[in-house]
Amino acid sequence: MKFFKNKRKEPLTDTQLLMTITICIFVAMYLLAMLLLQGGFLHAQQIFDLLNDNASLIIVSCGLTIVMIGGGIDISVGAVTSLVTMSSILYLNGGGNVFMSVLLSLGIGLAFGLVHGFLISYLEIQPFIVTLAGMFFARGMTTILSVNPQKIDNEAFNAVRESKIEIPWLGYVAKNGNLVPARMELGVVIALVCVALVFVLLKFLKPGRNLYAMGGNQTSALMLGINVKRTRFMSYIISGFLSGISGFVLMLHTGAGNATNAAGMEMNAIASSIIGGTLLTGGVGNVIGTFFGTLTLTTIKKIVVSSGLKDPWWQSITTGGMLCFFILLQSIVLSRRNKK
Amino acid sequence: MKENKKRFLKGGLGQLTIPVIAVALLVIFNLIRDPGFFSISITHNNYGNAVLAGNLISIINGASELAILAIGMTLVTAATKGQDISVGAAAAIAGSVFVKVLKSASSISVGTVILAFLCAAVVAMLFGAFNGTLVAVFGIQPMIATLILYTCGRSIAYWINGGATPTVESPIISAIGSFAPGIPIPMPVIIVIVVTILFKLLFHFTSLEILTQSVGINQSAARLNGINTTFIKLLSFILLGVCVAVSGCIGVSRLGLINHETLLLDVEMDAILAVAIGGNSLGGGKFKISGSIIGAYVIQMLTITLYAMKVSSTDVKAYKAIVIVLLVVIGSPVVKQRFQKFMGNLKKGKSETKGVEGA
Repeated sequence: MKFFKNKRKEPLTDTQLLMTITICIFVAMYLLAMLLLQGGFLHAQQIFDLLNDNASLIIVSCGLTIVMIGGGIDISVGAVTSLVTMSSILYLNGGGNVFMSVLLSLGIGLAFGLVHGFLISYLEIQPFIVTLAGMFFARGMTTILSVNPQKIDNEAFNAVRESKIEIPWLGYVAKNGNLVPARMELGVVIALVCVALVFVLLKFLKPGRNLYAMGGNQTSALMLGINVKRTRFMSYIISGFLSGISGFVLMLHTGAGNATNAAGMEMNAIASSIIGGTLLTGGVGNVIGTFFGTLTLTTIKKIVVSSGLKDPWWQSITTGGMLCFFILLQSIVLSRRNKK
Repeated sequence: MKENKKRFLKGGLGQLTIPVIAVALLVIFNLIRDPGFFSISITHNNYGNAVLAGNLISIINGASELAILAIGMTLVTAATKGQDISVGAAAAIAGSVFVKVLKSASSISVGTVILAFLCAAVVAMLFGAFNGTLVAVFGIQPMIATLILYTCGRSIAYWINGGATPTVESPIISAIGSFAPGIPIPMPVIIVIVVTILFKLLFHFTSLEILTQSVGINQSAARLNGINTTFIKLLSFILLGVCVAVSGCIGVSRLGLINHETLLLDVEMDAILAVAIGGNSLGGGKFKISGSIIGAYVIQMLTITLYAMKVSSTDVKAYKAIVIVLLVVIGSPVVKQRFQKFMGNLKKGKSETKGVEGA
């Protein structure tokens, strides 16, 4: 009991504070959308649609959060996702089986993670440049594999793709009187599992705690006896691995491969992490915050579209404005706390 | 004497080792592949001017925008320990303003072009100041602060010209984009030289270079020494804004139209790469403008070489990545250390065997 009491008295850490702000804003924004726009926002399916469309973004953002907590950056994630999608589709269309295509996806992601991690942590090259090269390489390889869009015609895979989880009690009654259950794709389950695993890793496992220490202050982490190089190596491997998973999930969602797949995903993932309260300086961040950051980012886009501003440039301008708002808010909150 | 020799062996050109090695390797590779690769010929263009042509010219000409952006990016990197990823989007905005002003003028003369450029420069400087304020005043990481403009910059450019891709046709504009009558050297190259000289003069007559470096190396120490760190950081972003305007206008003049979606697309990554290949630390501090400029030419030379080898423009990225990784691995401090150790051991071994022989 005493332990519990002591714990309650502790003020919120930076990580928790920023995460709380994000969650509050997301909830407020969603409620506002429900009140003002109504329409689809009143159905639970809207949330599932958000998740269905952005499962791969959520997975990638988790990986990026890990890297950013460690004080690094990985801008290759979108390109790796695209490469994974393209190569797996070509493999499946060539008559491969689904299980091997999963392994192929994970293998490609892992390979990128290994190379990035080795170059960054053991050869001490700047992470931005290494992952930029990784991004160029993955994008180039994608177009070398195929410039034309590819569509999957593998029966086994399509069967997996069509299987959706239906939740009847969250559904709604359509105009013709039939009950339309809420549908969730397989990718969402994978994404949620990834979020949970990363949460456990960061919160309870030693490598995760080491990561925070390293991102906060590398020198003191080194003096505490933490193997900084190995921790950093690990963070990039996880990020690469998650990009592999994300590629597979994207393939599950779209069922097609295109050279421009996942274009700009790295920046969306970075933005999601930032909105979720992860600082690029390292040491501060939380994967739950990232999850809500992704939802916030995608909800705002949805709101813009449903409020009738159909021009594509409205989306990016509002996204930019919202990013600006969150970034300023974080900076002000943190600087006020530090002054106290 | 021995010390000098040692230093030469150790660093040679210091910071410029990597870019110079890269240039040398690319030149040698190209000469082996095709001895006539660098030959320059004189041809006559559509206007009947005698102009220089050849791969070398197209390399130097094509890298102009990148070289100018790399100059500004070096300053920002040095002062703020971060990079501006919005330069491509900002250049699209500057280009749109440039075209908008030209379009609203009844006839295009030298005066209106200068006026249009000034308008573009002011707008680009304002956006630079916006980024700079976020970084310098609010203390936000540069990459995150500029992510805002990166996200919405091209949409703003779209909005300026109402979504159209207007063309401007004028001999003056095409002269800026390619060749001016009577001058055989491409105009963008001359602009790069002028901009470089202006920056060199700026560094020569003001103490900006030292101030920027000291802010980048240790901000608190710089502030305690009476340097206005906020102003220096802001200034670096504003100067980058000028560079952005210049390269945006060159980009527009080359094509004679503004396409907000494709103008200088992905140039921010190349510009940061140019800074890194130039041997500047992306973690701020000491910098060399010349390194970044050479870095820009290395990137362009690589691209043209790959084109000459019949690699398609979409596949170029993959090969570029391999070369980049090779370059940065060679330049990595760990590899350098290992190499020196290895050379040291080799020398030691040699002298020992010599000793044995002597005995």
